[in-house]
Amino acid sequence: MSSTTAINRRDFLKLSTSAGIGLVLGFCLPTKKLYGIDSPEAVESFAPNVWLAIDRSGTVTITFSRCEMGQKIWTSLPMIVAEELEADWSKVRIKQGDFNRAAYGSQTTGGSASVRTSYNRLRRAGAVAREMLISAAAQTWKVPVNRCRAENGTVINLDTKQKLKYGELTELAAQQPIPDEVPLKDPKDFKIIGQSLKSLNADLRVNGKAVFGLDFKLPGLLTAVIARCPVIGGKVANFDDSITKTIPGVRHVVEVTNGVAVVADDTWTAIKGRKALKITWDEGPNANLSSEIISETLKNAVEKPGTVLRDDGNVEKAEKESRKKITADFEVPYLDHAPMEPMNCTAYVHENTCEIWAPTQRPSRAHRIGTQVTGLDAKNVIVHILPMGGAFGRRLQYDYVRDAVEVSNLIKAPVKVLRTRDEDIQHGTYRPATYHRVSGSLDKNGYPLSWNHRVSGPGPYPGLITGGADTLAYDIPNIHVDYVMSDISIPTGAWRSVANTQNAFVNECFIDELAVAAGKDPYLYRRKLLEIYPRMVKVLDLVAEKAHWGNQPKGHFQGIAIHPSFHSRAAIVVELNTDKRGGLNIHKVVCAIDCGLAINPDGVKAQLEGGIILALTAALYGAITLKNGRVQQSNFHNYKLLTMRETPLLETYIVDIDEPPTGVGEPPVPPTPPALANAIFAATGKRIRTLPVDIKKLRRYR
Amino acid sequence: MAKINLTVNDKNYTVDVDPKTPLLWVLRDNLGLTGTKYSCGKALCGACTVHLDGKAVRSCTFPVSAVGSASITTIEGLSSDLKHPLQKAWIQEEVSQCGYCQPGQIMTAAALLANKPNPSDEDIDETMSSVLCRCGTYQRIRRAIHVAAEGGVR
Ligand code: FES
Ligand code: FES
Repeated sequence: MSSTTAINRRDFLKLSTSAGIGLVLGFCLPTKKLYGIDSPEAVESFAPNVWLAIDRSGTVTITFSRCEMGQKIWTSLPMIVAEELEADWSKVRIKQGDFNRAAYGSQTTGGSASVRTSYNRLRRAGAVAREMLISAAAQTWKVPVNRCRAENGTVINLDTKQKLKYGELTELAAQQPIPDEVPLKDPKDFKIIGQSLKSLNADLRVNGKAVFGLDFKLPGLLTAVIARCPVIGGKVANFDDSITKTIPGVRHVVEVTNGVAVVADDTWTAIKGRKALKITWDEGPNANLSSEIISETLKNAVEKPGTVLRDDGNVEKAEKESRKKITADFEVPYLDHAPMEPMNCTAYVHENTCEIWAPTQRPSRAHRIGTQVTGLDAKNVIVHILPMGGAFGRRLQYDYVRDAVEVSNLIKAPVKVLRTRDEDIQHGTYRPATYHRVSGSLDKNGYPLSWNHRVSGPGPYPGLITGGADTLAYDIPNIHVDYVMSDISIPTGAWRSVANTQNAFVNECFIDELAVAAGKDPYLYRRKLLEIYPRMVKVLDLVAEKAHWGNQPKGHFQGIAIHPSFHSRAAIVVELNTDKRGGLNIHKVVCAIDCGLAINPDGVKAQLEGGIILALTAALYGAITLKNGRVQQSNFHNYKLLTMRETPLLETYIVDIDEPPTGVGEPPVPPTPPALANAIFAATGKRIRTLPVDIKKLRRYR
Repeated sequence: MAKINLTVNDKNYTVDVDPKTPLLWVLRDNLGLTGTKYSCGKALCGACTVHLDGKAVRSCTFPVSAVGSASITTIEGLSSDLKHPLQKAWIQEEVSQCGYCQPGQIMTAAALLANKPNPSDEDIDETMSSVLCRCGTYQRIRRAIHVAAEGGVR
């Protein structure tokens, strides 16, 4: 059944079409807070954040305010509009909007939110345009609108079978009133949504024509690199640039917040110039900080009273009454995002204007940095958003934007500041290290009577360490979750799926320990405790079925995990096998997700594959460690990424369900490391409670 | 500084640069060929892969003075019109996510196919495992190379 939806006129803006622009509509998507917490759909003032234009050739151009970083929203979002618009998909184009708070509202891209927060609005937008085109055709033919139907970029006269292309109708369509209500299609009739369509702009990614931040050019553009204090939080004491300045092509040497910038005609000259600097650093308060100290601090802090996140029943009483109680400590390290394109930003401060070209997930922050550094009025700071060579949360930060704006502000010339890989890894905004103490007690049937989890991590943002701990889905009568924050001044930030990465590891490894303590099958144990959530059960059943849970061949071992995040539910089974040398090999990873309606199923699968690989990389290799305040990793030889050879078979499945779309980019990440750890336990009898997993050690166990 | 003659994608150029400059930066900064990517700068990731007389070379650590008379091919010169079987296979298999590593992946795969028109999984792993992708597109890369090798996208 198709439904009718009322239109809030304030959500739409029609632009006049006097000079043959065609039909141009602006419409609003709801704004949202970071990390995926939706604000009410109500939009206070009219501020369209998506523009839809149909020109005389029938080309549909959609301008989006959100950013593309590999998650393929530049395909999935237009698919939603095109579906209701009855557009000819081959004529749909997409454009990146600049930063414009008044016009677009929030432009932050994160929290796996783009599709789920805009699905209904995008449908309505497409439907409004479609109805206006139909009205225009009806007027042309002088027939009632219900004798017309839109299909594949045309309106058809049902009686005469005449057709008018959208391009021929735009002028008249623009003169139609915005309808009070519009019918939305019955999902059964969807022709575009639910199809695995090829990415728009895919060719730019295989012919070298895509312009990422690092590729951006301007006339007279200079390039700079910054010498940064190797100790996190340290500063320049003094520097000598006399040799640097003799290098041909070096234009300026300037001191900025994050160090000393060498500005040159080209990248290599800037790098050479930086090498020739002589700098004395004031190493600051972190000069003696090490991973051992951090680990000790976090471990000691679990003894302190915590800030309560959840307190169901009475855990203390339950633990006393229970026959069986187990306790375990878990620890995970700092992680860097390490997208393949290192941080970079271009800025040009000139004549009371500051222009910024940033590969950014959060243009509003880039804009604020522009105004703060230059002192210019907000309206004189312009932020252009460039495509990103990966982000994973790193580009929600603005340290690298500050670099460019400060340098350009000092030299008043257009400049691109880029980071070499070592800087990028050593001056990150890391996924925080955390330490966890968790205890559970069992009832007489072996099911948990209580669950007690204390998270200990660095401050100052609880959201970066607690997410996913208090939302434990299992049906346990007594649950206590709290956290303690310690003062450790290592910059931190959101990393694909944020604190779900740390807490899903703890939740899903420990529930496995409880299952084993109870002598029960880890899949069925979870299933029983999730019965109150049928959608969780469905995902768990699907992954178990597809992975042939419990029926693996000899020498193969499985581990399972499930975790809900970003309004979706994802489950993983990792299957290990023993290789010829007696070592363990990750043979296969099976993933099932309930993400509601999958707009572009193959795009969803790509995100699942990528999320699993990112998570395996973290579980096997990921650790940022410190010595004397310095990050010890510097490049891909010691901050390793999973390679093709190490990539297991990946199988991904999407639960077929008639519910609105939910998050996709992040949900596969949290359950992957615990499923791996549980599989290792199945194979070796050793519990993995710290990450990264030491695979070499594991081989010795066998 | 020194004047150096280069042949890139069948075009001749003369650049005046420090002869020790890695070829990567000459391509990107002097010739404006930004399809070749910088990521690690230490020959660890393959993002900067180009062909020198058909052989895959990591341009981030390859001094421009060492090019000599070799003819250079970058991703921009692989085909003028997306007709290379790997480009077609990449699009069909929806390999790219962010796309940043893909020029290096494709250039590495193209050199492999030129040598071994029908590579096994093991051949592909052998050659491609040194080209990193943070978005995790490996499974699709392997599939796309097979598609291209087995007659390509029809
Ligand atoms: S940039 Fe050359 S191998 Fe990584
Ligand atoms: S597609 Fe993003 S790094 Fe490979």
